[in-house]
Amino acid sequence: MTAMLHPPRGSAPPFALHRAAAEGLLDVAYCEVDTPVGRVLAARTPRGLACLAYEDGGADAILDSLAARLSPRVLEAPARLDDVRRQLDEYFAGARHAFELPVDLGLVRGPFARRLLEATARIPFGATSSYRDVAAAAGNPAAVRAAGNALGANPVPIVVPCHRVLRTGGALGGYTGGLHRKERLLALEGVLL
Amino acid sequence: MTLPPFQRFLDDHADAMWRLCAASVGREEADDAFQEACLAALRAYPRLRARSNLRAWALTIAHRKALDVHRARARRPVAVGALGDEHAAPEPDPESDEALWAAVRALPPGQRAALTLRYAGDLQPAEVAAALRITPEAARRRIADGLARLREEYRP
Repeated sequence: MTAMLHPPRGSAPPFALHRAAAEGLLDVAYCEVDTPVGRVLAARTPRGLACLAYEDGGADAILDSLAARLSPRVLEAPARLDDVRRQLDEYFAGARHAFELPVDLGLVRGPFARRLLEATARIPFGATSSYRDVAAAAGNPAAVRAAGNALGANPVPIVVPCHRVLRTGGALGGYTGGLHRKERLLALEGVLL
Repeated sequence: MTLPPFQRFLDDHADAMWRLCAASVGREEADDAFQEACLAALRAYPRLRARSNLRAWALTIAHRKALDVHRARARRPVAVGALGDEHAAPEPDPESDEALWAAVRALPPGQRAALTLRYAGDLQPAEVAAALRITPEAARRRIADGLARLREEYRP
């Protein structure tokens, strides 16, 4: 026999995601979404949207973190995030002022940070609040610095609108995705010119 | 050190898993075996140790799902005149390795398993041994015996 045994030619078909979903194995479904403020990676658990991360450092580091902190069963499944993509498109087109998406704050560490993001989620489109006020709404008006840290670690920016939290007096403060994005989002909402 | 996201595991190993299935059960039924293997891998994935040999693990699961296909075939009634495994095989293309893999599929199950893991999965003999839960010497012997039998029986 002169012939050699080589692997058969061809490549794998796509994994049947609907079977994984039917068995409850799709712990973290993700997709990438292009927005006017850059590409974001959106990921959801069965409980809701858990992550909307600016991809400046690439998707791999974000996915590593999701695998380590939520579940290693992380799969690219854009169809499971159709509503997220649609609502983001509508928001950036000016056609949507409130997101109607279940949110999973499973990546948020600590009850104060969780309450703070829940308070932030109630700030309406086009309005702003201060770090002091959201800290107070979360039950601790003195924890202004902790409020800044919790907002800086917000795993679902845009949808939980931490860009609407400014310094007392109106200075921009910080932002998880960089100040240029905070300015862009506030301009979209008519807060900044 | 933590497990990579399952999507990356698939991106890295799905083609090797599918090729092993195609070699072991033929292209017709490779997709089914492959999908079963992916599901089984996804089920077990969180319990896997982070430092495991992911490629060998992936191919071991693919091998077991291919084995399920062979077992199901053995239970299936075969039409009179049909020749076992050959009945589902499309006409082999002599220009490709299809005919050769069809000959591998006709080998005894132990040799078929060893050759598909070694040459379709590209595993080292020690990894083949671990996948089949046999000693490395036994794995080497099965590979050698399988190749020898192929040389005798394979006529392109």
